[in-house]
Amino acid sequence: MTNPSVAPPVPPRARTVRHRLLRDRGFLTGASIALVMVVVALGAPVLAGAAGQDPSTYHDTLLDSARGGVPIGSLGGISGEHWLGVEPGTGRDLFARVIYGARVSLGVAISATVLQVLLGVVVGVAAGLGGRIADAALSRLVDLVLAVPSLVLSISLLAIVPTSWPRPALLAVVIAILGWGGTARISRGETLSLRTRDYVAAARVAGSGPWRVARREILPGLAAPVLTYAALILPSNMIAEAGLSFLGVGVRPPTPSWGQMLSTATTWFRADPMYVIIPGGLLFLTLLAFVLVATGLRRVLDPRQSEVLL
Amino acid sequence: MTGYLVRRVAGAVLVLLGLAVIVYALFYLAPQDPAILTCGKGCTPERLADVRAAMGLDESVPAQFQHFLQGLVAGRDYPAGPRVRHCPAPCLGYSFETDQPVTALLADRLPVSASLAVGAEILSLIAGIGAGLLSGLRRFRILDALVNALVLAGYAVPVFLVGLLLLLVFCVYLRWLPFPAYVPLTTDPVAWASNLLLPWTALAVIQAAAYARLTRAGVQETLAEDHVRTARAFGIPERRIIWRRALRGALVPLVTLTAIDLAAIMTSAVLTETMFGLPGVGQLLVGAVNQIDLPVVVGVTLLTGFLIVVANAAADLVYAAIDPRVQLR
Repeated sequence: MTNPSVAPPVPPRARTVRHRLLRDRGFLTGASIALVMVVVALGAPVLAGAAGQDPSTYHDTLLDSARGGVPIGSLGGISGEHWLGVEPGTGRDLFARVIYGARVSLGVAISATVLQVLLGVVVGVAAGLGGRIADAALSRLVDLVLAVPSLVLSISLLAIVPTSWPRPALLAVVIAILGWGGTARISRGETLSLRTRDYVAAARVAGSGPWRVARREILPGLAAPVLTYAALILPSNMIAEAGLSFLGVGVRPPTPSWGQMLSTATTWFRADPMYVIIPGGLLFLTLLAFVLVATGLRRVLDPRQSEVLL
Repeated sequence: MTGYLVRRVAGAVLVLLGLAVIVYALFYLAPQDPAILTCGKGCTPERLADVRAAMGLDESVPAQFQHFLQGLVAGRDYPAGPRVRHCPAPCLGYSFETDQPVTALLADRLPVSASLAVGAEILSLIAGIGAGLLSGLRRFRILDALVNALVLAGYAVPVFLVGLLLLLVFCVYLRWLPFPAYVPLTTDPVAWASNLLLPWTALAVIQAAAYARLTRAGVQETLAEDHVRTARAFGIPERRIIWRRALRGALVPLVTLTAIDLAAIMTSAVLTETMFGLPGVGQLLVGAVNQIDLPVVVGVTLLTGFLIVVANAAADLVYAAIDPRVQLR
């Protein structure tokens, strides 16, 4: 939060906000789980090293070839060596794959969200502060982005890009390009209401140009609504990544991602249910954590909306 | 009103046109040449040229796009060897892969996706409104907590994960249901429904929670309004107040959402259909994308875009019809 004397909209009671967030049980639970997941994702090589495993070594000896390659032992071959068992068919260590998968899932979701917010805020503020023509043109563009069947289009987009391109970065960009409409619409609406405030008029009269007005007067006022919205689209970006990898157009097989593991799990789930439960459970837990963070933020920053939109 | 309709339709057509341009442009930036893929192994240059001409790929990209639009509105003719093949409007061309008309392929697959979407939507509405009403009347505290938990979970589970878990529980452990395989409604309605039960449930788990939340908010809001207080003061039975006033107030936002969600389910059916192996439009798309079957991909994208645009327009109109306070401009 910025210094109160510079950011005048509703005086950003940064301390009250922080105080209320720290007392919100849902937010705290969500934030701690999310934090653990981020730390695990960042420290994946260290953690895998500590377990003495890596995500790409095949262990054929751990598989029951008579049953088509199902892990030997109970619960998908969980043992002191392989903490979460091994992958059916290949015998790769599941713990290592799951924590490396967290890097892809979280990395793609977070970068896509950042890109969406940047794009959306820039277009939204430009539409809100620009003249009538700029506003009309940009609003039509936003309508188009919102009307596009994003899942269908991202499947087509990802399928035609050469396989040599870095997949995770590509996924983040595709998800972001098809999903910035909501942020833009919210930013435009807030900008339109903020620009009529007296302090913005005062800044104009004092000789601030449009850039300065946007940066110093509008952006601080956008922080709360955009932040709450961004927290809500982060989990849906994560679902998008998982879905695309599930369909086989996302992350390519040697790189693990939770969605892609669930996609292979569809052929194994009868023989080895743990291969569904472990990546699926982690995906659910992480998504739930981010949703809890989002609802907590909304309760504190935007109490009027929280009942209907959650 | 007429002016609004005209503008609305014009806007929708523009959006669809934009969509068609984007999809078309994308595929011409693609590194793979569909003619080479169709021609197959041992393709001579002469045959390649023939294939190219038959597919209409020998024209410039803008000319191809123009012909595509013409075909959509008025139909078009394709050279097919010595004869000419006429493709009636709305012509989406012929599949590069199977040489069938794309319109026929879509018409073939649409009933599956529609069965999936309509059934799931009905199930979600019944479960969501029921749970939301009971929870809004504060009859059962536990239901309140359950709805809250489900709403949170609904935001946090991808549909294919719900699907996998349902299959695991009902088909593998309990063995109550067979693995879903699509049976047309006209062949055997009971088999149709029992096979679609799991896909419907998977979609409804996520959707119903959102409806429950909305219904509850609506019921609580309406019950706090002055006209309800007045009705109670006049001694109108509580049951009637709930059915006539509270529920009606709560349903207005749901009616508009239903149209939009139906379209959304159709477009996200790619995942559900792949998950459950249902031969719908989504599965058609996944197959077509892997084989760079341009006409099919363009067809599916335009169809889903069309559904979304129509649903949005319908939602606005219905909203204005049931809520006289809304003014269409």
